[in-house]
Amino acid sequence: MENKDIILHVDHMTKSFGDLKVLNDISFDVHRGEFLCIVGPTGCGKTTFLNCITGLYNLTEGQILVNGEPVDTKKHNIAYIFQEYSTMSWLTVEENVAFGLKMKRKPADEIKREVAEVLEMVGLTKFKDYYPVELSTSMLQRVVIARAFAVKPDILLMDEPYGQLDVELRFRLEDELLKLWEKLGTTVIFITHNIEEAVYLSENILVLTNKPTSIKEKLENTLPRPRSVVTPDFIDVRNQVTELIKWW
Amino acid sequence: MKKKNDNVWMLSIVSIVGFIAIWWLCCDVLKLTSSATLPGPVTVAKTFVKKLSSTAPDGATLPAHIFSSLQIALGGWMMGVVIGTPLGIFMAWYKKVDLFVRPVFDLLRPVPGLAWIPLMIILFGIGITPKIATVFLSAFVPCVLNSYTGIRQTKDVHMWVGQTFGASDTQMLWHIAVPTALPLIITGIRVALGASWTCIVAAEMLASTKGLGYMIQQARGIYRPDIIICGMIAIGGIGAIFSGILSLIENKIVKGVRRDG
Repeated sequence: MENKDIILHVDHMTKSFGDLKVLNDISFDVHRGEFLCIVGPTGCGKTTFLNCITGLYNLTEGQILVNGEPVDTKKHNIAYIFQEYSTMSWLTVEENVAFGLKMKRKPADEIKREVAEVLEMVGLTKFKDYYPVELSTSMLQRVVIARAFAVKPDILLMDEPYGQLDVELRFRLEDELLKLWEKLGTTVIFITHNIEEAVYLSENILVLTNKPTSIKEKLENTLPRPRSVVTPDFIDVRNQVTELIKWW
Repeated sequence: MKKKNDNVWMLSIVSIVGFIAIWWLCCDVLKLTSSATLPGPVTVAKTFVKKLSSTAPDGATLPAHIFSSLQIALGGWMMGVVIGTPLGIFMAWYKKVDLFVRPVFDLLRPVPGLAWIPLMIILFGIGITPKIATVFLSAFVPCVLNSYTGIRQTKDVHMWVGQTFGASDTQMLWHIAVPTALPLIITGIRVALGASWTCIVAAEMLASTKGLGYMIQQARGIYRPDIIICGMIAIGGIGAIFSGILSLIENKIVKGVRRDG
């Protein structure tokens, strides 16, 4: 029974580039609908970590199973939000959001319906005919998130999506993300170097070590929602994670 | 905003009117040169109107010359676009095509279109074929180079997005790489059109019985600078019209680019 609930099973994941061992024997499970944050020191290979999970890189050793099968982006429904801005300048907001569905060759009427629904959720309906060049950074980030949610992903991977945004905007988009996650029950794996962000968002936190990266600890974060970054409980958890992550 | 744009248009008109005015001043008013050496704009305009219907002295009317040149230039250009653009795209996308085609392409690329003319004449005689072949080679090169460079500019992050959504190789080519390359591809097509037009006039100067280049060459032989200038005006005007049409097409199909003015 317990096994059925596991959507992602990472088994002894090891990745080397030549002589450089980046990921060292990492094993963990992610449950369906879980919000997992991964934190670790800068340059510890967090992005490599995600790229391995999506199959962008081949593993040196170990395996990654999605729903019990080796990961395959053609078969599994995975969405990835990258650190870099990844909207496509030649597509309108609507076409950008439809991109994933189009690549998956969904029927046109289904695409139209799904896209309209997601655009409404992130508040971009009014801007659907705009091109990225006409939008602000926060709206671009919403387009990317809408594109990811539009495919109803089994797993949504996010690589420091809000790293370059100012604090206020980050808080707003984090709340929007949480709303989408609660509404759609998507499994989210969220990488960040921002401990406060991790504690604010996550159900579980995976703390990584320096290179060669392995898991230092997996923490359960049971703070009740909605959370506030200033409550003593919150600060306790934050300090706990900070202690774990300290490499100085 | 509107007013400002109107002024910008005025500036362009002033530049053309100014150019003609200076020409007129030098030739017809100050008479710095004799009208047999460099005729003024009035003489040229008269000749131009006359040449529209007169076949003297070179055997064909101006429209007939223009038509002949256009036929060859557009024919060769289209072939260059139709063959060169896909070739550039495939070379950039498929490593094997690149390895196969590139050595020959790199050898032929530095040879200017005009340098092909003597060989083409030997191969195909002096009819329309050698000229189309020469124009084709001039148009082909920029089409290949630009589409190649354009495809190579595809951003990694866009490829990753495609990959994580499970896109096939062909989907990534058509939905990511080609749209990325489109502005450069169109620039290539435009450069090719300019090159074709330049090339055909030069080709007609060497071996021909009709065409703008031929007309200019004949006019030089019988010392008619007014006809030479008419030919030059036709060449410049048609080139500008082409470039304008392609700009319009570019604005229509290249989306999501910031345009000023």
